[in-house]
Amino acid sequence: MSVTTLNGHEIHVNEEGFLTDPTEWDEALGTALATQIGITLTDEHWNAIRFLRKDFQETGETPTLRRVSTVGGIPIKTLFVLFPQKPAKKMAYVAGLPKPVGCV
Amino acid sequence: MQKLLVLGAGTAGTMIVNRLRRRLDKAEWSITVVDADDVHPYQPGYLFLPFHILSPQQITRSRHASLPDGVDFVIGDVDRVDPPSSTVTLVGGRTLPYDYLVIASGTTPRPDQTPGMLGEEWRRSIFEFYTFEGAKALSTALQTFDHGRLVVHITDMPIKCPVAPLEFTFLADAWLRERGLRDRVEMVYVTPLPGAFTKPIASEALGSMLAERKIAVETDFMVERIDEEKKALVSYDEREVPFDLLVTIPLNMGADFVARSGLGDELNYVPVDKHTQQSRTYPNIFALGDASDIPTSKAGSVAHFSVEVFADNFLELIAGKPMTGSFDGHANCFIETGNRKGLLIDFNYDTEPLRGKFPLPVVGPMDLLKETRANHLGKVSFRWIYWNILLRGRPMPITTHMSMVGKTTNTPTK
Repeated sequence: MSVTTLNGHEIHVNEEGFLTDPTEWDEALGTALATQIGITLTDEHWNAIRFLRKDFQETGETPTLRRVSTVGGIPIKTLFVLFPQKPAKKMAYVAGLPKPVGCV
Repeated sequence: MQKLLVLGAGTAGTMIVNRLRRRLDKAEWSITVVDADDVHPYQPGYLFLPFHILSPQQITRSRHASLPDGVDFVIGDVDRVDPPSSTVTLVGGRTLPYDYLVIASGTTPRPDQTPGMLGEEWRRSIFEFYTFEGAKALSTALQTFDHGRLVVHITDMPIKCPVAPLEFTFLADAWLRERGLRDRVEMVYVTPLPGAFTKPIASEALGSMLAERKIAVETDFMVERIDEEKKALVSYDEREVPFDLLVTIPLNMGADFVARSGLGDELNYVPVDKHTQQSRTYPNIFALGDASDIPTSKAGSVAHFSVEVFADNFLELIAGKPMTGSFDGHANCFIETGNRKGLLIDFNYDTEPLRGKFPLPVVGPMDLLKETRANHLGKVSFRWIYWNILLRGRPMPITTHMSMVGKTTNTPTK
């Protein structure tokens, strides 16, 4: 874990650059994080990111793609268009949440 | 007379009624457990059926044989739970009232949830091994499979026993080698996660295991459908993975009655407090075992450790005291790696699998995160422990909460 500065924000991140403290996040930082991975956020992106933030606050877990689709109402197909190749990982990164993992 | 009602007489439900029947006064408490049938499978055995390591006869017993005296066993399908009236209705109309309800109805593979999975190719070239029938059918198919593409595939997380797909892959590789067929078979491991291993220390220790066995890995693959004509998995981002023999882990979902009762999340798992397993909506409802939404592995070891915490908490709760036990997400899993060797992992909500010795620090005899013969023997002997100690709720020489003693936390250097 290390401390880095992005767009004027001092943030704690892990080896992969994911925020380790979700409370350090705000929407301006989300925009800056998205730029880091080459994504310009549109309203559609923000729908997904805001759902992730809200759901994490309620459940304490980063929602899966299936949950973003069934509960958040954004089809998985769309998520792959908005956040190409690795939507689960990229959405979590932009939203300042832990990335989805398995047990090993 | 107070009533404790348990839905499900599987690993979690059976342990709960065994532990609580001993500790609840028979004059004051009735305990009823409901399941759809009287067949209790030893589920870890499903992995071994396709490779003839265990026979079908070795992995089932009757459910009632593992239930204690003084527990009513009702065979029936649950239609719905009605929390406001504290009743459960069975299909056919019978109503069971409760003061406290435990939902322990597990998780089930649902091939019907992926278009093309449950079609013409089901059990012809598409198989699963998470059910007794599925594992037997796969066993037959493997007998005649001598060349082509063998694809092992996980539809989505979470799944029951998340290491089983890896174990199947390792066992299939060893099995094909033994038969001199490995060179004629291309093996692919397809996962929705960013890798076969995602935790830093496990990745470091085990990351090369697939490459060493010449097993290709397709990551971040979210299956949208199966193209039956092409015999290929098709992802949402339109990648295709063709197969001759597909061994898939279908989407896992909790029981449909959970959804019908309005008690489930998007996969029919019951949202609970992750430390007490108490429903976030109804204080007299708990969910144990695979049926809950707690963020740890859906595994028998988790059921075991969490039931120990729950049983103590339950006695406090009914005595009008606050529940003081807190489950830490402890899981402990053997991973078969083929050639009579195995790995062992031990972790919880906050600590990833680490290296060390288990169950006794320094002494072992089992090594964590390392392929050994002792770990394989541990897995093999576990069947006896399951039937005779675990289900009966007898003490095991393993701590409920994960221990850090004897573990190394540093990232290994090669």
